[in-house]
Amino acid sequence: MTFKGGVHPHDGKEFSKDKPIRDILPKGELVFPVSQHIGAPASPIVAVGDTVLRGQKIAEAGGFVSAPVYASVSGTVKAIQPRRGAVGDMVNSIIIENDGEMKEVEFSPVDDVKSLSKEDIIGRVKEAGVVGMGGAGFPTHVKLSPKEPEKIEYIIANCAECEPYLTADYRRMLENPQELIEGMRIVLQLFDNAKGLFGIEDNKPDCIQKMQELTKDEPRMEVCPLKTKYPQGGERQLIYATTKREINSKMLPADAGCIVDNVETLISVYHAVKFGKPVMNRIFTVTGDAAAEPGNFNICLGMSYAEILEEAGGFKVQPEKIISGGPMMGFSMFGLDIPTTKTSSSLLCLAKDDVAASETTACINCGRCVAACPEQIIPTRLSKMANHGDMEGFEKWNGMECIECGSCSYICPAKIPLAQYIRTMKKQILAERRKK
Amino acid sequence: MSDLYNVSSSSHVRDKDTSARIMLYVVIALLPASIFGVINFGIRALALILVCIAVCVASEWVFEKLIHKKSTINDFSAVVTGLLLALNLPHTLPIWQAILGSVFAIVIVKMLFGGLGQNFMNPALGARCFLLVSFAGTMTSFTYDGVTGATPLALIRNGETVDTMKMFLGTTAGTIGETSVVAILIGAIILILFGVIDLRIPASYIISFAVFILLFGGHGFDMNYLTAQLCGGGLMLGAFFMATDYVTSPITPTGKIVFGILLGVLTGLFRVFGANAEGVSFAIILGNLLVPIIEKFTIPRAFGQKKGGQA
Repeated sequence: MTFKGGVHPHDGKEFSKDKPIRDILPKGELVFPVSQHIGAPASPIVAVGDTVLRGQKIAEAGGFVSAPVYASVSGTVKAIQPRRGAVGDMVNSIIIENDGEMKEVEFSPVDDVKSLSKEDIIGRVKEAGVVGMGGAGFPTHVKLSPKEPEKIEYIIANCAECEPYLTADYRRMLENPQELIEGMRIVLQLFDNAKGLFGIEDNKPDCIQKMQELTKDEPRMEVCPLKTKYPQGGERQLIYATTKREINSKMLPADAGCIVDNVETLISVYHAVKFGKPVMNRIFTVTGDAAAEPGNFNICLGMSYAEILEEAGGFKVQPEKIISGGPMMGFSMFGLDIPTTKTSSSLLCLAKDDVAASETTACINCGRCVAACPEQIIPTRLSKMANHGDMEGFEKWNGMECIECGSCSYICPAKIPLAQYIRTMKKQILAERRKK
Repeated sequence: MSDLYNVSSSSHVRDKDTSARIMLYVVIALLPASIFGVINFGIRALALILVCIAVCVASEWVFEKLIHKKSTINDFSAVVTGLLLALNLPHTLPIWQAILGSVFAIVIVKMLFGGLGQNFMNPALGARCFLLVSFAGTMTSFTYDGVTGATPLALIRNGETVDTMKMFLGTTAGTIGETSVVAILIGAIILILFGVIDLRIPASYIISFAVFILLFGGHGFDMNYLTAQLCGGGLMLGAFFMATDYVTSPITPTGKIVFGILLGVLTGLFRVFGANAEGVSFAIILGNLLVPIIEKFTIPRAFGQKKGGQA
């Protein structure tokens, strides 16, 4: 099962794939940006000097498309001020001085999830602040509330983990497959006509085998092995690979009868609904050829990349580039003093920066970007239109369909940062549309 | 902050292939035809090949020096142009005409329009056509084994029969690189294996040309005639090495097929109804000029879009 287009970058997963998940405990201060999701920022409900417990809500959702934020440690609120996030912008953040005691609030578990109503389930997901933890950060309760729930036919668990180097979802599937299945079971409880699909790339045969074994008596669940190719885990590509349905930029997965959630999100749904636990932790990969001891860690959200790296043994060599997320769609960071959030999946430390090392030359019209583009658009033409400010042409040539996967930039023999130009133009056009 | 890490927009990794490496693949793929040409036509063919390459590279270097631009000769594209031009010349051409053609290819057709990636016409073919109209005598006189004779295409045009096996192997009169179909096909396989070209343009070109000849060639289903038309002249070299020139062919997948069909029809028209036996070069440069229009009408449907319209 696969899609058309795509690329095969060096997968780099060998650094960390065999390292079991290890808990790491935070030491100093933790930083909780109030905007860790798509939608309205959350508003702080604690004040400087307040004592907070692990699992206590510290910021309330700022609307329907928003999500609350919870403390992942016990301690004292030290400040509420803007701090720099992984994307580079300043975000209002709640800073908590960790007392190291990890005193928790009392959670409200339920004995029998099956007895919960659909509204109860969505309410618990919403209250727990669950968002798309694969990187997009779209509030999960919104995804789970489509206009016509009876028309949802597939719940697709995004287990592709197609980004090179990342192994957090892989470890999750090996170590906590039951939690993933329970998460799926809960979501299926919301949609009576839906089937649950687990889309797993075939470079993870052990996960495929394990999941097949565990779901063999589940009539509503199925494992879909996918061809290993980037961006197999792109939402539109995954939907196509598993169901042969196509969606474009103006549609939601629900328009094709699908809802897509990644591994970590489904596990968070399970924790939220079954145990009443909000999103406080996640699995995080430290990797790359510059990391001394690559591995997978269960981190408390709010820890800084610097602290996690230190726990993971620091650098082996001084990297040229550090990336939050994977090499294809992750964000490169100036420094390590950045807090982790619900959407932080990894710290990738690259000893050499391909981008700085390559010299951009003239486009020779070779068409490799066209062959690589999973959206079947023409990146090189679009990048030229972007550089010329030709918004009309850009839209006519379907530039807005770009999913910013970066396959074109990767494959370009002239080393033109095509995805960057296209992304910039898309932002300009969206800004222009908002003005009208 | 004291130590800042590199920051750039994603993606952060790059494939190893560069434009220069792709050009090198093309040179490698042209080697079978070049070597065969030298064996077939002798040392003078080698001299022409070397002169064309040297002059092309030198013209690019000098031109960029004069306009104070960074030299781009390391991208090997001038080498490809020089080699392709030489393969399109008769081995008897006076050296000075070859030099003139090389300068024309690089300076007039390529550099004046902005250099690599900007020219709208294939430089080697542009130069060949320039030489054809300027020096019709030397450009169309072919000798083989020391005897001046007609090319196989000219022979069948006059109603004579030709040995298609010889044409397939290449032991006939013609330009340096066009005669041996087998050498060109080996090169084409190299191009395809290295991922330099796909079959859209060459296949649609050759198939549409064959259909045209069957319908309008005036010989019906004469397989000998059809094979001679396919193996003769610059068709194979043109279809695999010239029509597929990245810069001067459409980038849209459908556009490539439209372009191939257009070339097939034009070549057929020129060969069957034109004044010359040969028509590939003119068909391709005419096709080059139509590329922007072809692209305009073949903007692909994006993934997830309804057929025939915007999302």
